Amino acid sequence: MIREFKKVFKPFALGLIWLLALLWPLLGIHPDGTLSFANAFQVWLYIAAFACVCLVLYVLNQSGNLAFASRPAAALRDRVSSAAGRIPGKAWIGLLLGFALLYPQVFGRYEQDVAINVLIYICLGLGLNIVIGLAGMLDLGYIAFYGVGAYSYALLNTHLGISFWMSLPFAAILAAIAGCIIGYPTLRMRGDYLAIVTLGFGEIVRLILNNWMTLTNGPNGVLGIEAPSFFALNFSDGFSFEYIYLKKLHYLYYIALFLAVFTIIAVRRLNFSRIGRAWESIREDETAAELMGVNTFLLKLLAYAMGAVFAGLAGAFFSARMRFVSPESFTFLESALVLAMVVLGGMASIPGIILGVMALIVLPEVFREFELYRMLAVGGAMTVMMVFKPRGLIPAKRVGTRSEEKEG
Amino acid sequence: MEYFIQQLINGITLGGVYALIALGYTMVYGVIQLINFAHGEFFAAGGYMGVILLMYMTGAGYLETHPFLCIAGAVALTMAYTAFLAMGVERVAYKPLRYASRLSLLVSALGMSIFLSNGLMLTQGVFDKPYPSELTHGGFEVGNILVSYLQVIIVAFTGLLLVGLNLLVYKTRVGMAMRATAQDKIMSSLVSISSNRIIALTFAIGAGLAACAGMMTGFYYGSVRYDMGFVPGIKAFAAAVLGGIGNITGAMLGGAIIGMVEVFGAAYISGQYKDVFAFIIMIAVLYFKPTGIMGENVDDTRV
Repeated sequence: MIREFKKVFKPFALGLIWLLALLWPLLGIHPDGTLSFANAFQVWLYIAAFACVCLVLYVLNQSGNLAFASRPAAALRDRVSSAAGRIPGKAWIGLLLGFALLYPQVFGRYEQDVAINVLIYICLGLGLNIVIGLAGMLDLGYIAFYGVGAYSYALLNTHLGISFWMSLPFAAILAAIAGCIIGYPTLRMRGDYLAIVTLGFGEIVRLILNNWMTLTNGPNGVLGIEAPSFFALNFSDGFSFEYIYLKKLHYLYYIALFLAVFTIIAVRRLNFSRIGRAWESIREDETAAELMGVNTFLLKLLAYAMGAVFAGLAGAFFSARMRFVSPESFTFLESALVLAMVVLGGMASIPGIILGVMALIVLPEVFREFELYRMLAVGGAMTVMMVFKPRGLIPAKRVGTRSEEKEG
Repeated sequence: MEYFIQQLINGITLGGVYALIALGYTMVYGVIQLINFAHGEFFAAGGYMGVILLMYMTGAGYLETHPFLCIAGAVALTMAYTAFLAMGVERVAYKPLRYASRLSLLVSALGMSIFLSNGLMLTQGVFDKPYPSELTHGGFEVGNILVSYLQVIIVAFTGLLLVGLNLLVYKTRVGMAMRATAQDKIMSSLVSISSNRIIALTFAIGAGLAACAGMMTGFYYGSVRYDMGFVPGIKAFAAAVLGGIGNITGAMLGGAIIGMVEVFGAAYISGQYKDVFAFIIMIAVLYFKPTGIMGENVDDTRV
């Protein structure tokens, strides 16, 4: 145990001193010409205490002294998973779906609101998963497609009076077209260039939404979007059709649930189809995939378009739910948030991404008083995940070793 | 015509700032083939550190008695601080991932960028922090063209830094080691160059230059903000790409061009879309000539 401790102690202590040196000038130098140490030191002590706990746990785990706790835990986990395995997978899915269907009857407004957010982000996360997880292209402008979807419903509805359900396919198609437009010039690039170009495109879309006053009303946004509606038979006096606007929250919840389930099924079917395998082959080694006869150009474009479709659907729903859209909702930080969900849960893993979405939407709601620290935690979590567990919380089953990892 | 020359001067000033940031991108890309997303945050941290030190000096009254000494000290301390920050970030977020996949490294860099900008926000607040302006006002007129002293100082100081960097990279042993590491990490480690140390040093130098750019921006625009690193970061990356990534002279040239394009685009085409021009240039360069103006042939795996 001492040996393990000695190994990590020096970099750990150095790191803490380094942190104090970086933290103090930010907190301890005041514009009135005074210096103080208490404030910075206090913050540093909190971080140091937390880090020490992590260090102790790490050392105990490394030296095997945690075995007394981890062995029964592992045994318990095995027993639970084997017991869960005995119930067929379909029963689990049915149970979850039943819970999701009954959810608005059990919980109140606030919980439903959070749940709708979770469902929207599931659509976004799984859509981004097609581009990043399956095809292996880092897309940092993904939220632009969400914006395209949201604005297409908003504008079609306010200018032409087209209903939500009619707009939904339009939103999807327009987002897919936007995906192709953004995807086409970037397809010759790989990896890091792609990331920054998509980032640039995302910003361009936001700037256009922000500045094209005549069409989008600029930073003021589009107001007065109709809620989704549907025909219902009215039997009160004979027999007539009637519009019912779904303004009640639990109707919106069911629409979101429908979209999310549709997305999950579609992404799963894509993942295990010929196209999904082709995407994964591109992710693992593009040159080899091309040699095996995979049309990499078309499939990468398709990955962009398919990813954009789900963002477009989610976007149309977003504007129908908020009944207001403005460019503020489609900043780079949103892209980063969706990316963090995918990364946290595990790229290419559908249950992982759902878990990632839950973690990043529900946890901030639970810890409301730490709202300010949310993005700090998101950024930190992205780095920590990449360093310690690059395949995410629930890793995908079918991920090979990349060819570039074996180099150097 | 006067308007044109006036804009030209503004463009050169802005271009100098972009060139300083772009150098950090290009040098880091040269040694570890990573787009350091956190580089824009080094720039912002520099801007903040500068304002913190200057405000402190104003408050304590040193700035009135020894203005030049104080500013020189603030610049040096800011550069040192940011360099330390960059080395820390490199050690924590990039070094463990040196042989991991490219995607993990990029996500890690992005995470660091978000982390740092939010760290700045939490410690320094969400509002703009004003730079002391009494030091830098004033200027002179040539004909009808107004040149502020600040612009002269920015351009001169940028030039000085660029010359210094060129000397460092091309005339010293450390520079030779840096170039060797950029060419072949394994081979250079065989001739006993510590690649980890060289990489840390590259981060430190790049961040120091970005910190200077941050302070200049603070003086030039009069204030700093916690998220000020994001857009200039992308533009400076565009500059690095335009000049040919990995190429130091190219980054300077690219920075100057991007600065000009932005200023002239804002002056003659549309002020609202001034951010778009740099992005469009970047995308066009990557599409038509991914090696940039002065870039060497980049092999397939890098692009």
